[in-house]
Amino acid sequence: MPSFSATTASAEKSTVDGRSVGPVLPQAAHFDAPLPLACGRTLAQYDLAYETYGTLDAVRSNAVLICHALNASHHVAGFYADDPDNVGWWDNMVGPGKPLDTERFFVVGVNNLGSCFGSTGPLSTNPETGKPWGSDFPIVTVEDWVDAQAQLADRLGISQWAAVMGGSLGGMQALDWAIRYPARIRNALVIAAAPNLSAENIAFNEIARQAIMSDPDFHDGNFGALGLKPRGGLRVARMIGHITYLSDEQMEAKFGRQLREGLKFSFAPEFQIESYLRYQGDKFAEYYDANTYLRVTKALDYFDPATREGGDLARVLATATCRFLVVSFTTDWRFPASRSREIVKALVRDRRDVTYAEIVAPHGHDAFLLDNAQYHAVVRAWFERMTTESGVRDDFLAGSRQ
Amino acid sequence: MIETSAGKSSLTPLSVARADYATIGNWIDDAARVLDLGCGDGALLGFLAAQRRASGYGIEIADAGVLACVRDGINVIQSDLERGLAGFDDDAFDVVILSQTLQAMRRIEAIVAEMLRVGREAIVTFPNFGHWSHRLQILRGRMPVSSSLPYQWYDTPNIHLCTVADFDAFLVERGYRVLDRVVLAKGRAVTFAPNMTGELAIYRFRK
Repeated sequence: MPSFSATTASAEKSTVDGRSVGPVLPQAAHFDAPLPLACGRTLAQYDLAYETYGTLDAVRSNAVLICHALNASHHVAGFYADDPDNVGWWDNMVGPGKPLDTERFFVVGVNNLGSCFGSTGPLSTNPETGKPWGSDFPIVTVEDWVDAQAQLADRLGISQWAAVMGGSLGGMQALDWAIRYPARIRNALVIAAAPNLSAENIAFNEIARQAIMSDPDFHDGNFGALGLKPRGGLRVARMIGHITYLSDEQMEAKFGRQLREGLKFSFAPEFQIESYLRYQGDKFAEYYDANTYLRVTKALDYFDPATREGGDLARVLATATCRFLVVSFTTDWRFPASRSREIVKALVRDRRDVTYAEIVAPHGHDAFLLDNAQYHAVVRAWFERMTTESGVRDDFLAGSRQ
Repeated sequence: MIETSAGKSSLTPLSVARADYATIGNWIDDAARVLDLGCGDGALLGFLAAQRRASGYGIEIADAGVLACVRDGINVIQSDLERGLAGFDDDAFDVVILSQTLQAMRRIEAIVAEMLRVGREAIVTFPNFGHWSHRLQILRGRMPVSSSLPYQWYDTPNIHLCTVADFDAFLVERGYRVLDRVVLAKGRAVTFAPNMTGELAIYRFRK
């Protein structure tokens, strides 16, 4: 019998290992060099909020960039000393002894342009007017984000990432790094992602945007100057999004038709799922900016690198030289496995080094953020392999590039 | 036997699996592009990479196999062979290998056709049901259990067992051209009455 059943058992155990990176401090980098954007406008200056974990080695070869998805930030791991409940969004993945081990790797989390957590975005002051950007902040793209991330890499003295890793929209950034900065990335971990959004996906984003823009407090995006916030629109946008991140199966298991107190023949939240969605919506409306939401969903909609080669994904990926780990989750219907397989197919056509794992998980799109033994074991093994090169493997990989 | 919720895995007893590696290695050109269907832990691809500088991919359905491949730096694509090879272009590989997986597959004709669509040549290995010990056990009225078929009738993953003579006929009927055939017993090639004395058959064929 192949001997790997034993290794699986240890891998399952190892996913519960690992510690927190502990208290962390967000940092800010200011850039004065203008950043040309895909929309044709230029950001004359900007800030990027970021965090780092672990230690950059002497030859600066162990840096890993984590790209965030829709509503996350640079706060990837650890917690803030003055806010210990504010745990990083990928804390189960990143830390000492975790799948991405900060005792071996120097990990960088960065907040993207246009966001609302410290990097320059609609809430920031426009230096030309002295007022918040608000609705005038440009619509930014995945490519703009990656260009800004490259500036941060330069600032940190990182000429080549050991890996760029992200889930969902973060996976799209990893893909873009591989395509447009091939010399600056050795591994791309593209998780629960897609080479572009489907019509259905764009449709969900448009409903979310319409919910925000039709809120009477939106005021064409200039709500901030009036001291308002389109909370109702943000709530609905989040509720819609949240439904698409879960699976029917998981929702049924978690909520089913459970009632809070029995039927009251009213429109107050009666089912547990209603109450859950309202809670998620309320929470989101407090911490997230509506102008940011509009822009981030647009960045998702616009991402389609294959268009640069007439829709041929393999041709656009042919510039990539890094090794790819592509991961999908069986119940993800927002970014289904079939979309990840498109990426894999293009990479195989290009004869690139690619491994594809299709993780059996009940949690829908959200699975990429959750603890799953096989998923974490594969990511762990991928990073461990990066640090222990064997002769056989080198021959094998060298051969496949011919 | 590895079972996961994703489905069944590589079905090969390790001792028997290794026996066909050397033969396959001899049939493969240096730096060949190889696709290994049901690659398990990637051992054959690792062997071919070391011996022949071969490159390519393994396909494996079981989580444990995929994880083992990642550990060893073998390119592996997690997929169910029964769904075909839609992720691969025509003639993308020099050789497509199906090592001791044929007998556990549902759609034999479909997978063999797919192998010869994406590859120039196919290499197929399977346990020979025609081995004398299997025949003897059937004569005694029992389903065969042996080192090459180490399962009881009720727990076997093997659903399409065949003999060397059966596979010869299968290839002839479909007009496939046999380039090489080796039948092994205890790891050594047998030439005398291979359908009676052989435990493991290894074929190389093309359209």
